[in-house]
This record gives sequence, C-alpha cells and structure tokens, in this order.
Amino acid sequence: MAQAAIELIGIDKSFGAVRANRDINLEVARGTIHGIVGENGAGKSTLMSILYGFYQADSGEIRVGGKPVSIHTSNDAIALGIGMVHQHFMLVDNFTVLENIILGAESDALLKKSIAKARSELERLEREYGLEVDPDAIIEELPVGLQQRVEILKALYRGAEILILDEPTGVLTPAEADHLFRILKQLKEQGKTIVLITHKLREIMAITDTVSVMRQGTMVATRVTKETTVGELAELMVGRRVLLRVEKGESEAGAIKLSVKNLTVKDSRGVTMVDDVSFDVRGGEIVGIAGVAGNGQSELLEAISGIRHAVSGEVMLEGKPIDLTGKADPGELRDRGLAHVPEDRHHVGLVLAFEENENSILGYHDDERYLKGPFLNVDAIMADAKDKIEKYDIRPGNPRLKTANFSGGNQQKIVLAREMEQDPGVLIVGQPTRGVDVGAIEFIHKRLIAMRDQGKAVLVVSVELDEIRSLSDRILVMFAGRVVGERGPDATEGELGLLMAGVEHQEAAQ
Amino acid sequence: MDSFNAIIQVLDSTIRLSVPLLLACLAGLFSERAGIFDIGLEGKMLVGAFAGASAAAVFHSALIGLGMAILISVAFALVHGFASITHRGNQIVSGVAINFIAAGSTIILGQAWFSQGGRTPALQPDERFAAIIWPGADAIRDVPIIGPIYAELISGHSILVYFAFAMVPFTWWVLFRTRFGLRMRAVGENPAAVDTAGISVAWLRYRALICTGILTGVAGAYLSMVQNGGFVKDMTAGKGYIALAALIFAKWKPVNAMFACLLFGFLDAAAIRLQGSPLPIIGKVPVQFMQALPYVLTVILLAGFIGKAIPPRAGGVPYVKER
Repeated sequence: MAQAAIELIGIDKSFGAVRANRDINLEVARGTIHGIVGENGAGKSTLMSILYGFYQADSGEIRVGGKPVSIHTSNDAIALGIGMVHQHFMLVDNFTVLENIILGAESDALLKKSIAKARSELERLEREYGLEVDPDAIIEELPVGLQQRVEILKALYRGAEILILDEPTGVLTPAEADHLFRILKQLKEQGKTIVLITHKLREIMAITDTVSVMRQGTMVATRVTKETTVGELAELMVGRRVLLRVEKGESEAGAIKLSVKNLTVKDSRGVTMVDDVSFDVRGGEIVGIAGVAGNGQSELLEAISGIRHAVSGEVMLEGKPIDLTGKADPGELRDRGLAHVPEDRHHVGLVLAFEENENSILGYHDDERYLKGPFLNVDAIMADAKDKIEKYDIRPGNPRLKTANFSGGNQQKIVLAREMEQDPGVLIVGQPTRGVDVGAIEFIHKRLIAMRDQGKAVLVVSVELDEIRSLSDRILVMFAGRVVGERGPDATEGELGLLMAGVEHQEAAQ
Repeated sequence: MDSFNAIIQVLDSTIRLSVPLLLACLAGLFSERAGIFDIGLEGKMLVGAFAGASAAAVFHSALIGLGMAILISVAFALVHGFASITHRGNQIVSGVAINFIAAGSTIILGQAWFSQGGRTPALQPDERFAAIIWPGADAIRDVPIIGPIYAELISGHSILVYFAFAMVPFTWWVLFRTRFGLRMRAVGENPAAVDTAGISVAWLRYRALICTGILTGVAGAYLSMVQNGGFVKDMTAGKGYIALAALIFAKWKPVNAMFACLLFGFLDAAAIRLQGSPLPIIGKVPVQFMQALPYVLTVILLAGFIGKAIPPRAGGVPYVKER
C-alpha cells in the first residue's frame, strides 16, 4: 500500500445543534484519485473545509504525509501542499488569469516582478499538465470550464501536491467534464493526490481508484472502486436499497386538462424560443418534455405559468382559455388550479432569506386558511408547515429555520410540498430533481406519480433523460423551439437522443 | 487681458476648491475599492479640520496640527471599521453615525475648550501652511500668458495642494502596481477569493480604512488650516458627499477622480465668480441660483452623463464565511 497522503482521525464538527461531521476517519493514499460521495448535506464539504483550514474541527487529528499537523487557516493548508478547487469558484471576475493566480502568493511587493515570475511559471505548468489558458484573459470572459482550469492552476502554482475538488462537474457541460477528467488523470500520473467530492456516482465509477461514502455526517464505508457497483454505493449513501427506476402502474388518461395550441414565445432579444408548439395533457397522465437545455423548454414553462408573455397561440386550462399574450398573471392561474414548480428554485421558487414556514405558503398567502382578518394567521401557517414537513420528510424539520440553510434537495421538497398540497388540477414541474440527491429523487418521483394516480395532469420538463423516461407516460422532444417528436415511455435512449439532437427533425422536414 | 486674468483667477480658485474634494474622493476610493462604503467621509473631514485647527492653535505648530488631524481622522475610520468589519454592521448606518458624532462633538468640544461659539481661535500665519512661491514666480509674473499661469496657477499654493495632486498618481500606482493594491481591489470584488488565498480579509480592509483616514485628515486640515484660518462649525458643508458623487462619477479610478473633482471645483469657482454679475441673454440671476448650480449640475451629471458605473462588487456587504 502506498503511503498515505492525508489521514483524518476522529474528526468532529458541529454547527450549533447540527453535527456536520462525527468521528470521521479517512485515509487517502498518495498518487491516487479518492472519491467522496454522499447526499447533499452529508458533510462532505464541511470535512474538506476543515482540511483546507476554512473551519476548525472540534476534535480529531489531521496527518499530512504521516505527520500530525494543525491547520488553522487556508495559509497553513497551502503551506502543507493542499489545494482546493471550490464548488463556487474563488476567482475575482474582473481580474486577469495571472492576477488571480498570484493573488495571495505574490513573490514581491510590486506586481511587475510577481507577474513576470508567474508568467514563466504558468507556462511551465501549462506545458507539464496540458492546461492551456490565456494568462491575460479576463476571468468573466472565460467559459466556466476554463475558469475551473484557472482554479486548478492556482492550486498548482502554490505547489499543491494534494488537490481537493468540490463538486467540480456541477457547472460543466459533459464535454468539459470529460476534459477535466483527462486533466485529473494526468495530474495523478505526475504523482499528485486528488480528492474528488461529488454526488454523481457515474463520475466516481469513471475516474476514482477508491471511494468513501458519507451519510448524515458519518463515514459509512470505503471501497476500492473496481470492486463496487453503482447500486452498492447508492445504497450506502441512502442507507437502504434505492429504486433507480420508480415503479408505476398504467396511466388512466382522462379528460384534457391542459391544452396548448400553436404557442409561440420570443425572448427579450426577440429571438423565437418556442415555435408553434401544440400538445395536450390529460388528467391521470405525466407528459415529459425532453431536450437539451436551451431548446425552448424553459420559455414554454414560463409562458404556460404566466411568467412570460407569449407572442401568439392559445392555452386552455380545464377547458377555459388563458390570456397569455395579455395579462395572465401567475396568481390568477394559481387560483384556477395550475400549480408550478419553477426550474430555478433559488430565484423563482423560494425567497431564501425567509423562514421555511413563510416559503411553504408563498403565493398562497392570500388564501383564507392562512389569514385572520387582514393579518397572517401564524398558528395556522405553522401547523400547515409542520404538516408538510412531516408528509414530505423535509429535513431538518424546523419550520422556523431560514430556507437558505436547507440543503438543495430539501429546498426542492419545500417547493413541491407547497405546490402539490394545494391540490391543483394541473401541475407543471421544471427540473424536478436538479441538484437533488438520490434519496430525495426517489421520493419526488413517487409523489409525482401519486399525483398522476389521483387524476391530475402533470407536465414535467427535465434535461435528465433518465428521469423523463422513468416518469413519463408520453414523451415530447423539443429541439430548437419545436416539438420534434412524441414517443411512448418505452422509447430507447438512443432514439430520444437522435430526436434531441434534431436529426430526425431534419429528415422529417425533408 | 482682463478676461484672461478673470479666467486665471477662476482656475486658481478651482484648484483651491477642488483640493478638499480630491483628498476626500481618494480617501473614499481606498475604502470603497476594498468593499467598505464610507458615507462618513464628511464626518472624518470635519473632525480632522477641528483637531488640526485646535492643535495648531494650542501648540502653535502647523505640523502638529496636521498630525493631530490625521490621527483623529484615522481613529474615526477605525471606529467605522470596528462596526462594519469586525462586527459586520451596516456600513451606511455606521457612516451616518460618524457624521452625526463629528458634527456634534466638534461644536461641543470647541465651545468647551475655546469658548468662541464652537469656533477655534484664529490661527496665526506661522500656525498655518503658508503658500510656497516657486523660484522665479515673481520674476516672470509680468510675462504675458505664461507669467500668470506659472505665478498664479502653478506656484503660490500650500504644500497640501501639491500633496493632494501628487496623491493621484501615487494612488494609481498603489492600486495597480503593488501587491497591496491587487489584494485591496480583490477584497472589494470577491472577499471569499482573498480568504481562500490565505489572506486576512479584515486586516486588509482595516488597512484600506487607515489610508482613508489619513486622506480625510489631510482634507480636514486643509479646510481649517489653509483655506480658512481656523475651524468653523460644519465647515465641510457637504464636501464629503460631493466627493462621494465625484467618486461614482469617476468610476472608482484615481485619474478620473482628479478630473471629476476639478470639474466640481470649477463649478463652485464659477458660481462664486458669477454671483451678482449679469449673464448674457438671461440677465441678472439670483445669488442663490448660482450657489445651487454646482449641486444641480452634480445631479444632472450623475443622472445622465456617466453611463453605467459598476461599483466594486462586494461593496457594502460585510464578509461572512459561508459553507
């Protein structure tokens, strides 16, 4: 066995009443890629922040290269050869690449010498690791993939031997992610040690040598990647067997509840985003809209839910028209039984600075149930929030907690609970499980299917093809603003993929 | 020749009037570039003016006066830092509080110490910063055009005037050519990046505020020991706010700041010059209108002429480590 680059022994860390890490032991061998997986909120990021000196552990010991060390600040970590690539890049957007790289590691009080030295050092690093990036480019003008490369270069410039990457692929396109993996493999060949934090099991299988699984603040297992399976890891993460494909019965489609005819929507630049789209959603069925992000799905959802005006077309809700080109407002549609779970829960679905109970009635706060005369009926709101917390297993179960302090999956559950519990006739859901961990995905899928079985019409938009296939009774594929095909739930991934790429569309158009 | 002399005089007073603005504006530049909004420039100038005039009168030394002005102004800057950096308080509230404390305490202390209705004793010539006459200024004064420009505009100002204008390239150099400047700009844009690079956000911001305090101290000393021969209550008269406006107008850049302050100084000088004299076409206008003109133009300039001014992105936000 190779010598351990990092050993964590008995690490404990609490934030107030929440124990983020309890008695964590971890050993990472030198020159390997070690994955750490776990659901959102399992304590992965906290653990790595302790290693990087961002937080101090309440107790426990850290050893780097076999020697016990104390890491109080990021400076200590950097001096020990630990570098970190944060989930949200720690870059100054309007600085150049070089300025970002030398920030905090300037070799001289004057910039001229520091920059000259960094420039030649950067050239060497770029040659050695194949990490090309223009040193004089302004960060905000670079695509995210390159920004991440700057973060890696920053760590290497500081002499990092151990590189921690926190959810590195969350913001990357698949091609950028592949490129990142090639870079990481190359770094490993040069003898660097890499710790990769993620909740995407596919990445773990593709690139790591060993993998540790965290669950609710504890380290539950460490496996050699080759000797484990996605199924086993998923089970370890959640603590029970996960249905990667939800079971559901046949749909019993009823009357048409939502009908979209010749809908055309333009964005603020005047570009046509939704082009003459027509479809129906019946009660008791889930219609899924698949497509590569940016092909008009977002605009379609926004138009139907009254957030964005349409140029032309007709939408009928329960047989009655919605005035989409004029002033259909989301509140009116809500009253008419259309519930909407927006794609972007942070900016549209929730007010993160509000308490959980406030968010759980947001948009329905005019409802008589929550009012006492002109005032909010706090008791009723709290009782309602507690009820939803129980039904949807929202954790932590404290309706007084600020919404920003919930993990992504639980935030999504707050939105879903709010919209589903209004018992709407039509539910439209954008990206139901974006950034949500495995356990919550299964739960959310089950709730959506339960809605369907109650005879509701459900429209789901998702960029996750697996999700669309496992949920939908009918699948519509969007490409360049048009619906280019409809398939049943048994459509193969390849078939849908061709449609999403617009291949069949061109053939059909002839 | 008369109109030429009039122009020279207006430009000369433009320089004199823009100096306190320029110093305050550069002071604000240091703190805002580091991510701390400082609406308390006004108050710090005021305590600087009071401390400078008081110390100069008591110790009969202009230098001691200047030193005291800087010391007290820096102390107030550190109070702002303590509230808004260490305790993550609201920077606007802290700045406004400093303005109030400055306005009240200078009058009370002035009355208690000197019993002249809040004024400080009139300073003797050796207790003030005298004008520096450049070599040959008197000799070429009568040479047409060049003479008055050299003798009036360039020569004959106090050392603090030259200091203020020298601070423009110096500030630029610090900001864009030194490690401190790079880190200061970074902390105003993304303090988390600075923190993860292993640099203390708080200490960096405190140092920026000390620079702010030094400059507002000099600005105050200029008001009470150069422009005026002593402290008068509320003698800053909104210059701290005009300096903030100039800072936005200048888009947080030192050289732009100089031109912005010269413009505001010029408006002021022109207003004084034109008081009571009839304007062509319009005729005689009330004095109050001319006095209001710089402020009216400030609003117009800020509203329409600067395009999009992007402030430092982390400005006004206390830094909290986040998970």
